[in-house]
Amino acid sequence: MTYKTFRLPLAALIGALWSATLGFGFSVSLAFSTGEGFYPIWWALLITGGLTALVLTRRNQLSGGYASLIGSLVFAFVLLILTGFMPFGISLAEAPLANILGLSLFAVLLGISLKIMVLPISHERVDRHDVEYSLIAFMKGFGYIFFTAIVLIPFFVMVMTSLKSQQSLMMNPLDFSIELSRGWDLFRSYEELFSNFNFGEYLLNSALVSVATVLITLLFSAPGAYAVARLKFSGRDAMSRGILLIYMVPMIVLALPIYIAFSMLELRNSLVGLLLIYPVTTIPVALYMLQGYFRGLPVEVEEAGLMDGLSRIQVIIKITLPLALPALASVALYVFMIAWNEFLLAFMLLDDPSIFTLTRGVAMLNSSEIPRQHLMAGAVISTLPIMMIFLVLERYMTKGLTAGSVKG
Amino acid sequence: MNIAPPKGVGPLAKREASLAWKLLSPTLIIVALVVVLPLLAIFWISVKPVGLADLRAPEVRVYERLRGDLLSVGDTGTLQYRVSNSSPKSSITEVSFSDEIPSGLLVTVNDDRCSLSGQVLACQIGELQPAEKEQFKFPVEVIEALSGEPDIRAIAAVTEGKASSSLTNNEFTLDNFQLIFDAEDFWDVMYATTFYTVVGTVGALVFGMFAALLLNQSFKGQGLFRGFLLFPYVAPVIAVAFTWITLFDPFSGSANALLIQMGMVDAPINFFGERGLALWMVTIFEIWRYFPLSFLFILARMQSIDSEMYEAADIDGASPLQKFWALSIPQLLGILSILFLLRFIWTFNKFDDIFLLTGGNAGTRTLTVNVYEQAFAISNIGAGAAVAVVVFAVLLVFATLFIRFVSKEEGL
Repeated sequence: MTYKTFRLPLAALIGALWSATLGFGFSVSLAFSTGEGFYPIWWALLITGGLTALVLTRRNQLSGGYASLIGSLVFAFVLLILTGFMPFGISLAEAPLANILGLSLFAVLLGISLKIMVLPISHERVDRHDVEYSLIAFMKGFGYIFFTAIVLIPFFVMVMTSLKSQQSLMMNPLDFSIELSRGWDLFRSYEELFSNFNFGEYLLNSALVSVATVLITLLFSAPGAYAVARLKFSGRDAMSRGILLIYMVPMIVLALPIYIAFSMLELRNSLVGLLLIYPVTTIPVALYMLQGYFRGLPVEVEEAGLMDGLSRIQVIIKITLPLALPALASVALYVFMIAWNEFLLAFMLLDDPSIFTLTRGVAMLNSSEIPRQHLMAGAVISTLPIMMIFLVLERYMTKGLTAGSVKG
Repeated sequence: MNIAPPKGVGPLAKREASLAWKLLSPTLIIVALVVVLPLLAIFWISVKPVGLADLRAPEVRVYERLRGDLLSVGDTGTLQYRVSNSSPKSSITEVSFSDEIPSGLLVTVNDDRCSLSGQVLACQIGELQPAEKEQFKFPVEVIEALSGEPDIRAIAAVTEGKASSSLTNNEFTLDNFQLIFDAEDFWDVMYATTFYTVVGTVGALVFGMFAALLLNQSFKGQGLFRGFLLFPYVAPVIAVAFTWITLFDPFSGSANALLIQMGMVDAPINFFGERGLALWMVTIFEIWRYFPLSFLFILARMQSIDSEMYEAADIDGASPLQKFWALSIPQLLGILSILFLLRFIWTFNKFDDIFLLTGGNAGTRTLTVNVYEQAFAISNIGAGAAVAVVVFAVLLVFATLFIRFVSKEEGL
């Protein structure tokens, strides 16, 4: 058996699957943006895609651009005929603009991308490499759509739901179009959260707790990390392993005795109480990350400092820490993220709505008496700051994640 | 002359070691306080019969009441005290109370446990059994004209008593462990835990690998897409968990509306409420939230693989898949196994996600959720601690494995 025999079936299969993937994406996007009942007609998409792929493999003698154009035209035409002029489940007459715009974009995109996918198997002498190139090209396309969809859809739903009103949400859960006519009223949920639910204060509390956690964590972990990384003492190996062990202890196991102790010491319902616990959950990670970085710093620089008469402490403050600034930034961001996102302890230790942190505040919104869009607005408020920080400082954050995010 | 390196620890080394311990001591102290102490406490509590209500020490409660019309001189009535033990489980010893009687009233003390000095009535009761009540009734007579109805409760009776909290006494039991191992759903819990941990870990690795392969090439906007893929991990769990609940809501969720519109289902599906399906959903959520992490690790490792190897393979005529299997996978095996162990442990430890999504209902109760369930929903702190001990024991096995493995890999 040669690869040649299933060249065309493979092209048809890739075409069919790719058309279904893109078709699904377009239908969902159309449905979400217009609120109309768009849906993919699977059988038509599969057949049309397969057919187009066959056309594209035949059209190899034409240059790429022409072939794609022909592919797009064939695809749009056949899909229209097969579906009875309702390419996404709704007839052209009913929603002309969305249909025409969607279909033309769909066809053009499909023509170009499918041409690239079947190009390796568009000639008679296909071998294993060509088949694999084709498959990989398809998997890549599929991967981009897949990952974009699974990441984007939840966040899209979160933001859009927060801008809706209760009635329109109940009437059509698929309608995520923004009613621009409502103007500033779109942000009513946010306004209500800030004016009636104290969210301004929660935001401040969360920021306060997170920043304090970062500071305390660095204050404790930096010297410790230096000791583990640079100084010789018996028990050093045991120490660096012990650090790893500690952050494998599940939070819920610790939360139970902490809850009991805090109840007895009346430390519940205080941010100070939280600040006693949060840094301890992050110090081991920070220590582990920092000691890895300290080890990588050239020891000669420090030795030069020692020779010039600096004490160890001075060496740490004047040489090591400035050199480790990028690592400190990464650790700080990572710790900030952990503290900002922390939910379990805040949930167990805070009952008093006047001192909630943001995550605890959002948890409070999860009640049948509070409308859904308030809950989603709360989710957006808690997500937005950390996302902004993440996007601006992505480089440090990613480094911090790779270095320390053995922790979940 | 004997030439040899100096033996023993010199003063310089000693100073270095002592500095090291000084630098480490703040961390060690705080970790001991907040990690080691609670861990020991967990073991202690797990063998104690403690409920949530026992966290409040048992107290003596007293209820006082004055009966009868008491206004003018000569009127008589009854003064009643009911003293009780608030705890249904532990007794209180050396119980006593005292109360000030409003002026103008004469109390006849007819109980030898009580005495009257001036207007202060004091009673020694002794021991009160769990939930025991003790009644006192004294005849009262008005001896001076009163301006109004006397209010006995204006001055609250003061009580005293010694109670041993069930957290600190010497009573031990293995009931907690028996309770959780004998529980009907114990095997359900174990199954959910195993399923969630294994499928969640493997799934996150597979999808992380897929995403890493996708991004292991430079193109415009690669950094942007990489950042975008990290969103599920960076966002607060509470925000994304509630978004998933909203998205998959059986009544107003978009997912159901979409499925119905596509004709794939006839009736809305209760994604987080149906047994079996719910477990899949929380596991998928776990994969969705943590694939970015595996992705980041694998990508970092991929980009550090020597490209010459691939060039050599190209010259030898290897196909892309062959290169993947024969070159990339062996190179990635180290990071993959570390990731597997770490993610395995962390998925096993995970609590928030399931707690927020289903609250442990519909067959999604894992061991960690069970800790919370026992301690707070059923209010049996002791049983919760017992589950925590089980969690910890399982974890110890994983951690030993991990330390052995990672020590080798990272040279710690």
